[in-house]
Amino acid sequence: MNEKEKDYAIIIPAYNEAGRISTTIAGIRKFNAADIIVVCDGSVDDTADEARSAGASVIELPFNMGYGAALQTGFKYALKKKYQFAVQMDADGQHDPLSIQALIAPILMDEVDIVIGSRFLSEGSYRAPFVRRMGMYFFGFITSILTGRKITDPTSGFQALNKRVMEFYASKAYPIDYPDADVIIMLHRQGFRFKEVPVIMHNAAKPSMHGGIIKPVYYIFKMLLSIFLTLLRKE
Amino acid sequence: MTIQQKVFALIIGAGVFLVILEMVRRRRLAEEYSFLWLATGFGIVVLVLWNDILDWLTHFIGAKTATTTLFIFGFVFLILINLHYSVKITKLTIQVKDLAQKLAIYEKDK
Repeated sequence: MNEKEKDYAIIIPAYNEAGRISTTIAGIRKFNAADIIVVCDGSVDDTADEARSAGASVIELPFNMGYGAALQTGFKYALKKKYQFAVQMDADGQHDPLSIQALIAPILMDEVDIVIGSRFLSEGSYRAPFVRRMGMYFFGFITSILTGRKITDPTSGFQALNKRVMEFYASKAYPIDYPDADVIIMLHRQGFRFKEVPVIMHNAAKPSMHGGIIKPVYYIFKMLLSIFLTLLRKE
Repeated sequence: MTIQQKVFALIIGAGVFLVILEMVRRRRLAEEYSFLWLATGFGIVVLVLWNDILDWLTHFIGAKTATTTLFIFGFVFLILINLHYSVKITKLTIQVKDLAQKLAIYEKDK
């Protein structure tokens, strides 16, 4: 590992992931010596202690605030600690740590500002349920049209990003509920360079946050509104 | 408007006005939030006492009776005050989030 690779942190938002978080951290450690920051999002189980014993730095939010807010906390902390770039990944083992190297390579070469890991560009075991897959295609399609390039996986939370993008993510502009397709469009309009790389994703061990009826409907509403308003904003 | 309606509206209007004033005096309600409510109480009293305005307004919006006018404006006001609260809640939510994040990061570094 060269010196430059030490300048980054792996940020993992976690909500009630006891029993999985240590496996995820150990998995990362097998291939990677980067600092691991777990943002424990008001978990009521042993997530924080488990992550600490597994060797991660743990930030504990006083109450549950949702994925986006937890992730943003990680970026704020990483900026404070002056990390040059960061990798964000899920706590539940869905994101394969083997793919981290592929994610950070374009950042290290300063080829782009943000790298999005796409499960659909690779041969991973990930299979989304039908409705979810339709949603991903739909938002992938919209995102592709609005950014003028092919986006295959707009909902991917497996990303590597440099300091400038971290600063953007730490700002008010970052949507804290379900940040995904709208963020890619925002990044594009802000002039950030981005690309997708193939990553391996597995099916999550626990039900996704998009389950139920109300959440998917709200998600679609929120995403369309957010994209529409992003296009209306001048800045 | 019948006398009965007038008396009733006056009592309501004056009542709202006094209750709000008392709450602000006891610091149970911030001045900032009292303004809209005081304006309502005051508005009701003015409309009842100065009937011409109410009649003109009723004619202007095409309502049949003065009570309808009061009702509609009361309703619109309630919608506006709810919107005002939604805006406030949004702001408070962001502030609480920022505070919680700051606190968590601070505790981590302690």
